[in-house]
Amino acid sequence: METYYNPADLEKFGNMGEEAAELWEKFMSYYETVFKDGALSAREKSLIALAVAHAVQCPYCIDSYTQGSLEKGANQAQMTEAIHVAAAIRGGASLVHGVQMKNVVKKLGF
Amino acid sequence: MNSTAEQLQCLGDIGIIPFAEKIKETDFYPLISNDTIKTMQVNVGKVCNLTCKHCHVQAGPHRTESMSRATMGQCLEVVANNKIPTLDITGGAPELNSNLSWMISEARQIGCHVIVRTNLTVFESEHCFCKPEFYAEHKVELIASLPYYTEKDTDRQRGPGVFRDSIKGLKILNELGYGQKDGLLIINLVYNPGGAFLPPAQPSIEADYHRELTNKYGVCFNNVYTITNVPVGRFLQFLTNSGNLKGYLSRLAGSFNSSTVGKVMCRDQISVDWDGQLYDCDFNQALGLKCSPGHISEFSLDAFKERKIALGNHCYACTAGQGSSCGGATI
Repeated sequence: METYYNPADLEKFGNMGEEAAELWEKFMSYYETVFKDGALSAREKSLIALAVAHAVQCPYCIDSYTQGSLEKGANQAQMTEAIHVAAAIRGGASLVHGVQMKNVVKKLGF
Repeated sequence: MNSTAEQLQCLGDIGIIPFAEKIKETDFYPLISNDTIKTMQVNVGKVCNLTCKHCHVQAGPHRTESMSRATMGQCLEVVANNKIPTLDITGGAPELNSNLSWMISEARQIGCHVIVRTNLTVFESEHCFCKPEFYAEHKVELIASLPYYTEKDTDRQRGPGVFRDSIKGLKILNELGYGQKDGLLIINLVYNPGGAFLPPAQPSIEADYHRELTNKYGVCFNNVYTITNVPVGRFLQFLTNSGNLKGYLSRLAGSFNSSTVGKVMCRDQISVDWDGQLYDCDFNQALGLKCSPGHISEFSLDAFKERKIALGNHCYACTAGQGSSCGGATI
């Protein structure tokens, strides 16, 4: 069965450099710099990326940053907590919009 | 997948650039020895009290191969005659060879630095022939496998209860003076990835080990070595069964780092199997890739240094990322 997402497509990411080489090179240069050890360690950045990958629900990124986090020495407990951070922010983002609902109710009601 | 032929075939048919071709891009083709052989690594047997999932030797309690005292004597003669400074003893669990303490005593008498690769859990076995006190008395450097600093991850790789027993073993060694800052008795731990992925940066994971093991268990040690899992033996079987073989080999090949090639361990060591057969390294040993001269009884340093080192796709494990050797990362 055909699917929109294919694990093998991850290896074709570099094809995005076709037609827009300069933009691609700038993006990759920026990308590589972002993930280097800095004020945050490479491991912390990898765990943030893993959490964000779940928030944006990108299967390619989940695949990459699960392996990447393991290769930075993270364990499953740390990775699971990172995903809970994403879940908390996503859930909280929905819940905090309840204030909008309350505002509307207040405006419309007696 | 017990046969070496099956393993080699499995590693060969994987759709990556063969390592023997890849190395031609570097200044180290053909790969030969350094001028100085620094280490004789001796595998004194495949018997072990554990059956770790990443073990390239496929060691375990069911194995029977064990080096005889006569073969050990031949190894010691080569060490003495060629002034090889370090004897690195591995297995299996070396302590389950009844001749181990004799070999260590003899090696120390000729001034050789001795390393034993211990699993930390064997000391309480009734068949353990070499106790921590003996190691301390003979100033043996220990390298101990402890794949991760948590119980769950270590036990998943090495078997239930292994982490607790390892901590117990470490505490005994600490009481004897191992792992202290004075550096008189050295114990280094080994991190192995818990599956089909590369190890983290060595200094980073070493800091984690120090923090976690000291804070939670009150144990100390000197260094942590990260060793890449080599797709041989039981680990190769895992890769095949789990559908990870192609992905892992591609990961290793894709992480090829040409600056590690000059520092691969096979360039300055001799590897001897339990029966005296010579190899370039413990992994070539597990794959049956013999070298010439073939047996310790006919060893010649000049001939050994002139040999071409046998290469295969498993060699990508020693040249990926930060490099890997029995002494950890190489760059």
